[in-house]
Amino acid sequence: MSGQAKLRSSSDRGTQRPPSAGTVLILGATSQIARAIALSFANAGYDLLLAGRAPDELERVAADIRIRRAADVRTETFDASDTESHQDFVARVLANCGHALAGVIVVFGLLGDSERARSDFSHAEEIIRINYVGASSVLTHLANHFEQAGRGFIVGVSSVAGDRGRASNYIYGSAKGGLSLFLQGLRNRLHSRGVQVLTVKPGFIDTRMTFGEVPARLAADPEVVGKAIVKAVKKQKDVIYVPWFWRYIMWVIRLLPEFVFKRTNL
Amino acid sequence: MRTPLSGWGRYPVGISEVHRPERLGELKVPLHSSGSAIARGLGRSYGDASFNSSGCTVLTERLNRFLDFDPSTGALECEAGVTIGEILEHFIPRGFLPPVIPGTKFVTLGGALACDIHGKNHHKDGSFGRHVIDFSLLTADGGLVHCSRDENVELFQATVGGMGLTGIITQLRLRLIPIEDPRVVADYDRAKDLDRALELFHESDERYKYSVAWIDCVGGGTRGLGRSVLMRGNPATGSEAAVLRPEKRRGISVPSTAPSFLLNRGSIRAFNGLYYRKHPRQARGVLSGYESFFFPLDGIRDWNRLYGRNGFFQYQAVLPYDDGRDGLVKMLELLRKSGPGVFLAVLKRFGSGNPELPLSFPMPGYTLAADVPRRGSGVLDLLSRLDDIVIDLGGRVYLAKDARTSPEAVRAMYPHLEKWLEIKSRFDPANRLSSDLARRLELLP
Repeated sequence: MSGQAKLRSSSDRGTQRPPSAGTVLILGATSQIARAIALSFANAGYDLLLAGRAPDELERVAADIRIRRAADVRTETFDASDTESHQDFVARVLANCGHALAGVIVVFGLLGDSERARSDFSHAEEIIRINYVGASSVLTHLANHFEQAGRGFIVGVSSVAGDRGRASNYIYGSAKGGLSLFLQGLRNRLHSRGVQVLTVKPGFIDTRMTFGEVPARLAADPEVVGKAIVKAVKKQKDVIYVPWFWRYIMWVIRLLPEFVFKRTNL
Repeated sequence: MRTPLSGWGRYPVGISEVHRPERLGELKVPLHSSGSAIARGLGRSYGDASFNSSGCTVLTERLNRFLDFDPSTGALECEAGVTIGEILEHFIPRGFLPPVIPGTKFVTLGGALACDIHGKNHHKDGSFGRHVIDFSLLTADGGLVHCSRDENVELFQATVGGMGLTGIITQLRLRLIPIEDPRVVADYDRAKDLDRALELFHESDERYKYSVAWIDCVGGGTRGLGRSVLMRGNPATGSEAAVLRPEKRRGISVPSTAPSFLLNRGSIRAFNGLYYRKHPRQARGVLSGYESFFFPLDGIRDWNRLYGRNGFFQYQAVLPYDDGRDGLVKMLELLRKSGPGVFLAVLKRFGSGNPELPLSFPMPGYTLAADVPRRGSGVLDLLSRLDDIVIDLGGRVYLAKDARTSPEAVRAMYPHLEKWLEIKSRFDPANRLSSDLARRLELLP
């Protein structure tokens, strides 16, 4: 914002924009990271289809982006854990935007309570169900569409927690690790068909997942994730860490030999 | 999470449990749990209004979604965590400005409503609450109540200016004002003393939409007591913007890393003297960017740290026009004699107030806001003596700035406080909404 900001001429006051770059489907659109991603893609000229469980909350996020970015934003109800519904959901999305669907971003996830998951397997199962089963289910249906279309991008927000199993959150970590492998395989399958598959591994991001758990100065603004994904899609990247330095932190953590790692308390 | 919190004056500091909801539904959680809660926007109130050290503090910064905008009426609906800065960013390009612009853009609308803030246009347009169409309030019982001038009127009146103590404001509708150009055509007038400043205010304030004066509380000698620089302007029109010369950025910028000992009586005198003299006796038609006109201090991030660990008080009071001049003279004399002196002070004329809002601050009169370092033993005593002058003349201090006044003083300043307490006791009998300010000033029935 500048003190000298000029008004646009009356004909295009906040309404006119260049032709759309296509529609991006965002799954799990009510989180702060999803909101940041949506704003970044709207900025890059995409229209948005926001999907999530809570219709009221989705509508709030959508209204906000329409006003901030003057983008075309629609909403659709989606429940990641209800895998039975995913085929119909994808059919609805395709009926809705069809060839305009430029890409999909899976943002939903559940950190859960790792203490509880030790004693209550149903909670562990819920974590696995949302992070791994739910994500791979909906992406299975979408991958087939993109394979046929011969273009588009699939982005999965995984986690650095999936890079190595740790005592503090190995249920969540194993589900995210599974998702990372799923995306890797999908990338291998779809590369020759002209479809990009991007794995995003966030480190500490300033959301409710880290609020009060991680010192605020160590947690990156969610905006960083949105900008990084838009850039990585543009540059046809395969795997990104956000913020970038997590690549090196995780490189070191992965290199530690198991006989050392098992004695650590990370 | 438990964390130390303070207002912009960095005094007092309280340790509070902190929640930061990211979805509307999560806002209810702190109210469901036992204990009390207060909402906090960006913590720009100066004292202890924005935290609750005996319960939890709810950060509203993530509940900042724009919900609806009607360009034909300027009505903007948004969540309470949206800031004045965000409105400027997104609505100046559409040709609209917030109806009231405070001295910093880092203010949430929830905070603006709860403090019934004012800006440089108060003499023309009144306070923030006047431009609010309606809002939703999460009350102590966990219900969401729609408040307007026709619906739940008492709760509306107790909430505008109610310091967040009637509930948590979730969303509101505000009427923005259409503009041709975001800049301001400003006139500057140097006034050699207080009387000249007041004379200029009365002569010509009605010609300006925005009006404020910087006032020297340390220098000027006995003859120049209250020497000032009046800065007044009107929104630029499209044709003016095309022909006027933009202002040269002149300014004394303060390094944000300065240690607090730099702020002493000598440097404060020197700064104020320099500030007075750097302005010409009179300047007309200076085209100013809105950032430099409205938010001269926002350019210096964390300027409050200049005052060091001890922090500072911002004393802001309004004195009714009758005898207001004499009251100002007494206040200025006291301030000038005080220890380290007043670094920055501002004088402005208020227009009509809102007698129907029991805790709203503005009323017709002169308002003086002075930054007083919290240093030396005499400061609290000095501010109490200022309170006495204010009470004597029928004025009041601004709760959003206050960190030290007494329950008795507030009762003398706000004649409708009893009515407010009665409304609060009906909607929040167990005082589930509470803050350090509320306990200090006994705003809990």
